[in-house]
Amino acid sequence: MEPLMAIVIGILFAAAIYMMLRRSIVKLVIGLMLLSNAANLLIFATAGMVRGAPPLVPQGLTAPEGAVADPLPQALVLTAIVIAFGVLSFAVVLVRRAWEIVRADDLDKMKDTDT
Amino acid sequence: MNPQIGLPILIPLLAGAISLVFWRSRSMQRFVAVAGTAGLLLTSLWLLATVNRDGILVLHMGDWPAPFGISLVADLLGAIMVVLTGIIGFAVALFSLATVGRGHEAYGYFPLMHLLLAGVAGAFLTGDIFNLYVWFEVMLVASFALLILGSEKAQMEGAIKYVTLNLVSSVIFLVAVGLLYGMVGTLNMADIARRLATLEDNGMVDVLAMMFMVAFGIKAAAFPLFFWLPASYHTPPVAVSALFAGLLTKVGVYALFRVFTLIFNQSPGYTHEILLWGAGLTMLCGVLGAAAQFEFRRILSFHIVSQIGYMILGLALFTPLAIIGGVFYIMHHIIVKTNLFLVSGIVHRLRGTYQLKSLGGFYRSHPWLAVLFLIPALSLAGMPPLSGFFAKFIVIRAGIEAEAYGVTFIALLVGLLTLYSMIKIWAEVFWKSVPPEGDVDPYPAVDPREMWLMAVPVAGLALCTLFIGLNAEPLYALAEASAGQLLAPDRYIQAVLDHGREVAP
Repeated sequence: MEPLMAIVIGILFAAAIYMMLRRSIVKLVIGLMLLSNAANLLIFATAGMVRGAPPLVPQGLTAPEGAVADPLPQALVLTAIVIAFGVLSFAVVLVRRAWEIVRADDLDKMKDTDT
Repeated sequence: MNPQIGLPILIPLLAGAISLVFWRSRSMQRFVAVAGTAGLLLTSLWLLATVNRDGILVLHMGDWPAPFGISLVADLLGAIMVVLTGIIGFAVALFSLATVGRGHEAYGYFPLMHLLLAGVAGAFLTGDIFNLYVWFEVMLVASFALLILGSEKAQMEGAIKYVTLNLVSSVIFLVAVGLLYGMVGTLNMADIARRLATLEDNGMVDVLAMMFMVAFGIKAAAFPLFFWLPASYHTPPVAVSALFAGLLTKVGVYALFRVFTLIFNQSPGYTHEILLWGAGLTMLCGVLGAAAQFEFRRILSFHIVSQIGYMILGLALFTPLAIIGGVFYIMHHIIVKTNLFLVSGIVHRLRGTYQLKSLGGFYRSHPWLAVLFLIPALSLAGMPPLSGFFAKFIVIRAGIEAEAYGVTFIALLVGLLTLYSMIKIWAEVFWKSVPPEGDVDPYPAVDPREMWLMAVPVAGLALCTLFIGLNAEPLYALAEASAGQLLAPDRYIQAVLDHGREVAP
């Protein structure tokens, strides 16, 4: 399972960076979305994938027995998803406002503040 | 139980919530802004006093013992940073009363300012690396919204670059945290440091160190990654610029200090060498960028970049004296840089422009403002006896002692070029006579009460600069103690983990 996930994550990162390198600001936001999803999947995968072994502590013991799935990365991913959702919704609104004000979808036309 | 660790985070959060409740009442929001930031300043001073007396303080959230729960840790560096946050927050809150204006206040300027301060204070005090990510995001979301307050064209263009690069940096940070967790199985920074020290080096540690360096390097605006800063910092209302200039990049610098003294201190020959050259190029690029500019706030923005180089230089040399210099430099820089931005705000309020070409004659019309500009400007350039002289002196002395002559030469050269930039502003804004077209369209007069509100924080910060400069000995001792803590990570680890065992049943 891990090799497959590694390939999927790699493709997601590559696609995200490709989209972010385009000049259109809409594609930029799509790139950001893919990027945050790729990061979330990576965290999920780094802790190792364990199938059908919930981290439940049997009665009378203080720690679960044998190999169990690590719940912490999933909690991290949940937090990261919520944060990314908030930030990306801001980015979408920003892009819309930017288009309304600058009247351009092209990053090359947004150079007034650069030099 | 040490409530003073949590209070610098809770007070701004609470103040933000209260000002959200009074969304329609302008006077109440303004009152809460001043009261909340004053409360932050007072509790942060209390925190620094206790940390200075008792050593590293730890507070475990929900009484979960150390590696399992989230711990708030206040060592001297963290406490110093929180005090600086309090000073800047209070000064900017006073300044905003006069300059932000009804329109921006109605769209939630004050709640966002409180949220930003809470994020900054949280980042300085947390002892958990994922929690650090969360505070970074709190700070970023607030800064995004503050940056586009007013929705002007330049703000939109600046914001797109700012948002994109900061999001990329967050993602790199998040990925690095995930990979680190996969390697050591813990998120508590003290516990990570302990376990990494026992891990045999498999190359992955260096990869992770580089990922953290890139992520925090973007936040701190270090050499190849600083382009978002001069593109965006001069666009928002000036109070927002001043707040950003003082605090945001320094959170990145703080994170670099924390991570590269506590966690990734195994192979300084590799990581700190890269930091060293990064620092040199950061100084040089920033100051050359500033030399080419003729807009007040853009010059200052490029100078943020060049000054960041000095702080990272202190970290990269990694000798006790150099770390002292880095900490001292942060203390000096935050106050001076915010002060310069506030002065640019007063100039803008009086004449309605930031372009050096259309400004002039301030020495004749507002001599007190000229004095208030000269103090931080000469301090930034490193004139004795102001704070910048001692900060630069310590860093450069450390560079010579470490025999890093190339970077030290750059640091000296950059000091000279900084002086050139400051003199340029002085000559154009204060010394030369008013350009003819500048007189045609006089800006609306400022009433005296507003003027006082703008002048008091500027004068206060100038006094802080003088205080640091004339009173360098005790502050040097403070920086020395904090550098001692940074270079002995065992003390940090022990304070966090052993304290946890006491609490555990």
